[in-house]
Formats: sequence, C-alpha cells, structure tokens
Amino acid sequence: MLNTIWFVVLAFMMAGYAVLDGFDLGVGTLHLVIGRDTRERARLIDAIGPVWNGNEVWLLAVGGSLVAAFPHVYAASFSGFYLALMIVLWLLLLRGLGIEFRHQIDHDMWKHAWDVAFSLSSGLLALLFGVALGNVLRGVPLDETGEFQGTFALLLNPFALLGGILSVTVLSMHGAAWIALKTDAEIQRRARRWGSALWWAVVFLLAAMVAASFLVRPDFPRNFGTHPWLIVFPLVTIAAAGAVKYCQRRDDDLRVFLASAATIAGVIACVAAGLYPTLLPALAGSPHPGLNIYNAASPEGSLRIALGVYLFGMTLVLIYLINIYRVWRGKVSATYH
Amino acid sequence: MPDAVVAARQQFAFTIMFHYLFPVLTIGLGVLIAVLKTIELRTGKLEYGAAARFWAKLFAITFATGVVTGIPMEFQFGTNWARFSHFAGPVVGQTLFMEGVFAFFAESSFLGVFLFGEKRVSRRLHWLSSVLIAAGAVASAYFIVATNAWMQNPVAYRTVDGRAELTSLWGLLSNPYLRWQFPHVVSGAMVVGSSVMAGIGAFYLLAHRHETFGRVFVRVGVIAGVLFSSTSLFPTGSLHGENVARFQPTKMAAMEGLFETQERAGIAIIGMPDTERKQLMDAIVVPGVLSWLVYGDFRGRVIGLNDIPQDEHPPIEIVYYAYHIMVGLGTMFIALFALSAFLLWRGRLFESRGVLWLLMLAMPFPYIANHAGWIVAEVGRQPWVVYGLQRTSMATSQNVTAGMTYFTLFGFMGLYALVGILYLLLFFRIVTRGPEAD
Repeated sequence: MLNTIWFVVLAFMMAGYAVLDGFDLGVGTLHLVIGRDTRERARLIDAIGPVWNGNEVWLLAVGGSLVAAFPHVYAASFSGFYLALMIVLWLLLLRGLGIEFRHQIDHDMWKHAWDVAFSLSSGLLALLFGVALGNVLRGVPLDETGEFQGTFALLLNPFALLGGILSVTVLSMHGAAWIALKTDAEIQRRARRWGSALWWAVVFLLAAMVAASFLVRPDFPRNFGTHPWLIVFPLVTIAAAGAVKYCQRRDDDLRVFLASAATIAGVIACVAAGLYPTLLPALAGSPHPGLNIYNAASPEGSLRIALGVYLFGMTLVLIYLINIYRVWRGKVSATYH
Repeated sequence: MPDAVVAARQQFAFTIMFHYLFPVLTIGLGVLIAVLKTIELRTGKLEYGAAARFWAKLFAITFATGVVTGIPMEFQFGTNWARFSHFAGPVVGQTLFMEGVFAFFAESSFLGVFLFGEKRVSRRLHWLSSVLIAAGAVASAYFIVATNAWMQNPVAYRTVDGRAELTSLWGLLSNPYLRWQFPHVVSGAMVVGSSVMAGIGAFYLLAHRHETFGRVFVRVGVIAGVLFSSTSLFPTGSLHGENVARFQPTKMAAMEGLFETQERAGIAIIGMPDTERKQLMDAIVVPGVLSWLVYGDFRGRVIGLNDIPQDEHPPIEIVYYAYHIMVGLGTMFIALFALSAFLLWRGRLFESRGVLWLLMLAMPFPYIANHAGWIVAEVGRQPWVVYGLQRTSMATSQNVTAGMTYFTLFGFMGLYALVGILYLLLFFRIVTRGPEAD
C-alpha cells in the first residue's frame, strides 16, 4: 500500500514537473520564432522570469522523492543514462544562465547570444526528456543486479525518438499557450497561431505514440483490462486535447493553457497507469525482471517517514505556488529582463 | 584505488567546490540584505533600501550561478555514486527532498518578488520577502549540512538488507554532530558575506565613489564581520572541534598531525607532517591544548595516527594543511575585523586608508577558509563516504567507467570556467556601476 502511494506520488510529481517546467521549456523552444527581435524576446523571458526557477524546483523534488522512496531506480537509471543525464545537466545550466544573465548587459550581441543558448537548450531539453520517457516506457537491458549501461546507440532508438519529438511538440504547444496568456498584440497573435498549428502535430504524434506503444510493449494495456476504471485517464487526456482546440477557436487563452496542462498530465497518468507497478521495465531478454515499486523501494520505515515529510512539504509548495502565480498574474508589462 | 573511484572523487570534489563558491556568499549576503531592509523599514532612511537593491543585484547573479551549478550535485549522487544512493538514499533522500521543498523553493520564489516586485507588492511584503530569502538560504544550508552530518556520524538508522533505513526523522535532524557543524557553516558563510560587503564598501571609499554607500557597507560589513569571525572560533568552531574529536578521532589526529598517542597532546601552530617517518617536521607545538580542547583536561589522552589502522587513515597532509589554513585565516579575520571595529567605534575607520586597503584585499580569503574547512570535513572522513558504514571505494556506480567520468569532468571544467568568467565579469560590472546606477 505504502509502495503504491509512493508510485502515485512520483507520477504526480512527474506530471507537476512536466506541466510547470514544461511551459517554460516550451516558451524557450519557440523563443526565436515567436520573438522576432531582442525586445520581443525580452518580453518572452519576462513571461517566465519570476516563475521558471520555482518550476525547476519540481525537478529537484522529483529527484529527492525518487532517491528517498526508490533509491535503486534512482541509482540504476541515473548511472545507466549517465552521459545523457550529464548533457541534460549542462543544458539546464546553459538555460538557467540564459534567463538570468541575459538582461545583465544591455547590448544586442550579448542578448542575442543568450537568446540562442536559451532557445537551443530549452528545445534539446524537451527532446531529451521525451527520449528518456520513451526509453523508460520501452524498457532498458537490466543486468542481474538491476543496472545497465546506456549507450547512445541504445537510447536513441526510433521509439524513444518519437517520444522526444512528441515531447518537443506538446511542450511547444503548452509554451505557446502560456505566451498567449501573458502577452498581447502581435506576439499574442503569433503565439495563438503557433499553438493552433502545433495542436494538429500533437494529435497526430500522440496517436502515433499510442500505436507504437502497443507494438513495443504488448503488455501495456494489461492494467487497463484488470482495472477498467483506469480508462478514465486516456478519456480525460482525449477530452483535454479536444478542449485545447475548442478553446483555441474561441481565443480563450487561460482555458487553452489549462487544457494543455491537463493533456500533459493526462499523458503522464496514462503512462503511469500502464507501467504500474513497474518503475523501470527491463527490455525483453534481460536477466532482470525490471525494477518495480517493491524490489526498488526504500525500507518501510523510510517510506513512511518520507511520506509525512512529503505531504507537509507539498502543502507548503502549493501555498507558495498559488501566491507566486497570484503576484505575477496578468500580462507582463514593463521589461525587467 | 580503482581509477573509476578516483575519477568520481575528482569530479565530485571539483563540482562541489566550484558550486559552494556561490551559496557561501548568498547565505551571508541574504541575511545582510534582510538587515538592510529591516533598517530601512524601521528608520525610513531610503539609502538603506537603495543599498539593499544594489546587493540584491549581486545576490541575484550569485544565486543563479549557485542554482545552475547546484542541480548537478543532487544528480551526481545517482550518476556517479549509485552504490551510495542505493545504500544511503533511504536516509539522505529525506533531507535532500526537504532542502528542495522547504528551503530552495521559498528562496527562489521570493527572490523573484524581491527583485522585480517592489512596485507590485506592499513595502511590508517586500521586506518580508527579503527575510524569507535569508531564511530560505539558511534553511537550505541546514538540510544540506544535516545530510553531510549523517555521512559524518550516522544516526537514527538501522541496516535492512544492506541498506540504511531511517528510524527517526527527528534523530536525523538533531544529529549531535550537526549541533555545532551547522552554526559553524553558517558563521563561516556570514564572514564571507560581511567581508564582501565591507570590502566593496572599502573600495568605494578608497576610490572616492559612492561614498555614502561605501560608509554604509563598511559599517554593516565590519560589525557583522567582527561578530561572525568571533563566533566562527568560539563557540561554533571550538565546540564543533570537540565533536570531531569525539566522533572521528582519526580526523582529529590528522588535523593536528598527531602521530603518537599521548597525554598532554598539543596543538601544532606550524609544522609539516612527514607521513614516512611519522612525525611533524619543524613543529611549534603548544603542549596540552589539544587534550584540553577535547577533554577539558590538559592531561587527557588523545589517540594518535600510529594507533589507528593504516587503512583507516585519510590523506593526512591535505587534512592537516586545510585545517591549519582555515584556523590561520580565521584568526587573521578576527584581528582585522576587531581592528576595523575599534576604528569604526572611534570614528576613524573611514579615513584609515591602510585598514580600508586590507578590508578590500581580504575579500577572497574567507572563501578560502570556508573551502578549507569543508576539505577537512570531507577529505578527513576518508576512506569512508558514510563514516564507519560505507567505504568511498564501495560507493561509486559500477557501470560508469573512469573514461566516462573524465569525459564529463573535463566537460564540467570547461563549462564552469566559462561560468566563472561570466560571473566575475558581471560581478565587477555591477560593482563598478555602483549603487546609484538604475
């Protein structure tokens, strides 16, 4: 029971990270095309400036909950995906500096250099997170001790790459929704157009991904058969994706954003529902059955204490979150960054 | 020791030491900014608000650099120290998670409000955000030091199937080792903040620029400096030393270069440890003081390295010198800040150009002292990663080779060189433009 609660917690954290940092990654991916010059790009950075750091804390919190609850998964996946993860860390570093250093010197060359660094690193991060999720869904070649060595030849398989492209597309749509919400005039119109166009790509790629998942993991629908109520997740995801288009047609930017957030959270929920109770599946033919919420978990005492800490901590985070987004609600006006 | 372990240690040492250059400043500076804001709120003097805004700019670039170099730290536990994560994750994961949600989240959220929200929020909320940034920085330090304290002195756990299970959260957070280690770390960081504030103030006074602000910075920096350089020695430093001697006698022996077990053990003011002949070369030793520090008795018997198995020795030279550099510099800070405080009290400091020069040139040294202290803590714990429970050589990732780690270590070095240069560029730019620029 405790292990299942932690599985749900982890899925919730992942979804929270994908929705929150997802929109600022998406803004970054579209940074150079929606912002046509340094001044317009400054407004895009302003739109995420006060909140991106708090969003990234969710990544730290995912890492923290993973190491506390399922240390074996943390150890195996991070050392297994070693080089890919290091590249993620370097991109996170470049991206953070891009946002925070860009406005320090008022010179077009300085700003342009950081704009490019910020946009490229955001896009690549969105891609790599999708590739990682794709590989988790596909499974990795775990050895007897439940570890693996992830070479790029292994990680960059077609299925994972499809996951990566889907991730870039869906986060870009999410980012466009945020931009439309936070800006006005020409930038807003451009963001709406991008969001509207990206929706078609998202729907197409999502359908392709679902089809590919059934091919790569024939056992994926098993949980939905034994627990029919889980069908609610795919249904909600489809409804949310439909709602995105419906609200885009009415230029209701807030609802577009909320619907795309629900779509992203829905996709993560579907993946989690399909994987349960596995956390890191083994590729067919591996000597290890895969890391799951039992064989990879912390001892029970640690899990129980961590749950208390978690509930208290997340209550606090939600209070901060609501307050911070309230302080910064409305359109971005003056240029700070 | 296998190459992969050496590589992992080098990478961790490099990345953590580079990272800590930034939080060590934001902890101290965060508190001092909150002090400036409090004075502004209390007295209504606007120059204190302007001073806080100026320091917030330096805080912002330092915090950002600390954040981007800090994220790799948490993830390295998984990438390079998989067996450590596997063994200790059920315990240290708790404090790492708490650092993220309780401390870092508050700090980053309120920094946004403080930097860009002055016109959006009330004066009181703006002041409150400065206080919460400081509280967040100090709380962050608490959870990280609590993680480290468990690695120094594991408590509140039992071992289940080769893994540590946490038995009491309170036990973890009130580790007796943490009791003086945490205040000592914060006190050291406060010396960095004070010294940077006083040093930049001294620069303005010497250069005859922004002199009103220069006087504010020197005054606040020197008062905080004399306070915290003293508390770094007593009580935090000496009582933490007692704890080290109690919980890790090997580390204490290496710190003092004590080879022979002896009564009336002394402290070495100077000297060079010779690990071949097992003696301290050219030493000046004050007899009895170490026995007194450890036991409160000049005749106490202190264990020397010769009576500790060789395979439990840390690298003695590094620990010995790091400790002496920390203590030597700490003593000089007390002298410098005490002299400055005395002149400030007599109203002569702002004209004493020699002392102002010293305050300005002293700026890098508190960083060195803090880092030296951490070297004592971490290298002195070797060969253990979790003291007495897990050896460092048994803590790395088995599927990550030396070649992979050196690839990323050199990557980190290149990237961090760039980050360091850009940080210094922006730092000096903000300083030369001064507090009146807007």
